[in-house]
Amino acid sequence: MTPPGVSDGDFARALGAFREAVGAQWVFTGEDADLYRDAYSPLWGEPGERRASAAVAPDRVEQVQQIVRIASTYRIPLYTISTGRNLAYGGSAPVYSGSVVLDLKRMNRILEVSERNAYALVEPGVSYFDLYRYIRERNLKLWIDTPDPGWGSPVGNALDHGAGYTPLPFRDHFDAHCGMEVVLASGEIVRTGMGALPGARTWQQFKYGIGPYLDGIFSQSNFGVVTKMGFWLYPQPEAFRAGTVRVPRHDDIIALVDILANLMYSGIVNCHLGIASPIFNGPPDAERDALIARPDGGGAADWDRYAAARGRHFWETELHFYGPAKLLDAQWSYVKERFAAIPAARFSDGPSYRFPLSDDEIAKIGDRVSLGIPSLGIYAGLLAGSGEPPTTGHMDFSPILPMSGEAILEAHRVFTHALRAGDIAPQYGVVQSFHWRSFILFYGFPVTHDAETNRKVRATYARMIELAAQHGWGVYRTHAAFQDTAVETYSFDDHALHRLHETLKDAIDPMGILSAGRYGIWPEHLREKKA
Amino acid sequence: MKAALCVAAAVAVLGPSVPLAQLSSWTIFTPLAQASFPPLVRRGEVAYQARCQLCHGREVAHATLGYGGRMAGTEALQAKYRGSKPAVLEDRTDLTAAMVKYYVRHGVGIMPFLRKTELSDADLDAIAAYLSRNRTRVHEQE
Repeated sequence: MTPPGVSDGDFARALGAFREAVGAQWVFTGEDADLYRDAYSPLWGEPGERRASAAVAPDRVEQVQQIVRIASTYRIPLYTISTGRNLAYGGSAPVYSGSVVLDLKRMNRILEVSERNAYALVEPGVSYFDLYRYIRERNLKLWIDTPDPGWGSPVGNALDHGAGYTPLPFRDHFDAHCGMEVVLASGEIVRTGMGALPGARTWQQFKYGIGPYLDGIFSQSNFGVVTKMGFWLYPQPEAFRAGTVRVPRHDDIIALVDILANLMYSGIVNCHLGIASPIFNGPPDAERDALIARPDGGGAADWDRYAAARGRHFWETELHFYGPAKLLDAQWSYVKERFAAIPAARFSDGPSYRFPLSDDEIAKIGDRVSLGIPSLGIYAGLLAGSGEPPTTGHMDFSPILPMSGEAILEAHRVFTHALRAGDIAPQYGVVQSFHWRSFILFYGFPVTHDAETNRKVRATYARMIELAAQHGWGVYRTHAAFQDTAVETYSFDDHALHRLHETLKDAIDPMGILSAGRYGIWPEHLREKKA
Repeated sequence: MKAALCVAAAVAVLGPSVPLAQLSSWTIFTPLAQASFPPLVRRGEVAYQARCQLCHGREVAHATLGYGGRMAGTEALQAKYRGSKPAVLEDRTDLTAAMVKYYVRHGVGIMPFLRKTELSDADLDAIAAYLSRNRTRVHEQE
């Protein structure tokens, strides 16, 4: 495969120059380039699957500069990945087929960890496991925050607005970053915030520097290659405790979320949380299916009768508290008082821990990510979806909902009907709080190697992006194959924001060599073609 | 070291000459190898712990609720073979080096394939030697 619009001769010359820059063993073509396919592609084996023509893996920032200059000379489209583990969102494959993947996995140095001021400065190839182990092996009293699978990159995940499970701001990974280094398409190196001050002593302490705050334009974009990022770390808390709130009726979700939101906005509850329903997320039966199939999705009274007949409560949420043990007891006690305003609310205590934990204690803990401990255990949960044709991956559908019970009920009705209409196995989305002041309603879509099944999944997935937008719930992140679709829905004032992104693209990367198509941002010469 | 760690110190520990498996791995514990193994198998055991064990290791009994300690690879092989073969890869006596290399570079089910920047051919050769060590021994006994 040759990048579109590039002659065989120029491609061969560019590959030769890449080899000279990084060493021949770090330029991959042929079968080795196939390893950059998206293992979870919903277009697997179809003509529309996004494929790399080659890959180049620099070891240091000077090599990144050389690579972008070579790419500019020969007009080679590059596509940057950090660890390449953004599975469910495109993995290590480019958005624009034929791009050369700029694989930063070898740039895996942990450049600085400050226990005193609780931050780390890392390169893009560092994984959550790497950073965790670095801190643990040195007995530093710091926590990292990790998403479900820990094999990804703190840099890559933050740049895609990913999130984890410890208190805010640490679990909102982009929000927890402080300072970045970026190689522009010109080959220049920019440091943001205080990093622009030679000899700065607060690059990882003060975010803004002086003048416009530009860090945001390097997330979910293609305006530069991020080669370093700083992250604020959570000083190891003294203790952790968990407690669960259960409320019995369908409409209790409204008061439950109102109280929760107030506690969260006040900083009294600051944990990741999910709101699950033992009824909606529980085992199906004929009566439940019939209620769901009704146009109104079943009335509150019907659902309350259904739940009461089975002796089950309707909603529950597990809350986590971190900090000094005596404060946690007081927080949980106060939180219970507040939720007691909901008739028949019930409470139960969950696990509690004191830190640090021994290796043996960690080995027995199931919910590791809530303690900032990386894991790959989430994939065991995904096995449950294996059927016929066998599941080979998944995509996440993740609209952002306001923090209201009414929105949760409405979104469940809308998406449940969309799934049924698309002949996709019915499921109820899981409400979760990852970022500040909003919910994500997660739906996992199975991906297979069967083209017909994938076609059905893709059609419903795209339909749900549109439905979400029609209700004011935009998706915050999406698979590479749907980024144009998702960005299209952010259309205020005739897509003014998208046009501003294109204006920036043309100014910063006029030849359009960096990550064409990422989150709908195409260089000028590809704007009509796309993918 | 509890004070800030400077760039020079970090590069000295994690410089580019250190084998990939030691630089970056998917484990929360420091990989260690048994001294009694020959060098290639020993390197393979370290690389296996770094890249494979967190999905293919032994599940801990009596773990608290949650996915953290679960092993997707071990659970998938348990479901596939239903006990007719060990679910933990390290216990298998039928694995060949070629089988191991094939699955790592092609993936299977929800297990994605690994790129050469994640696992070099040299480290994969070592993992294949480690996982096929029992087969070699069985064949020697035959």
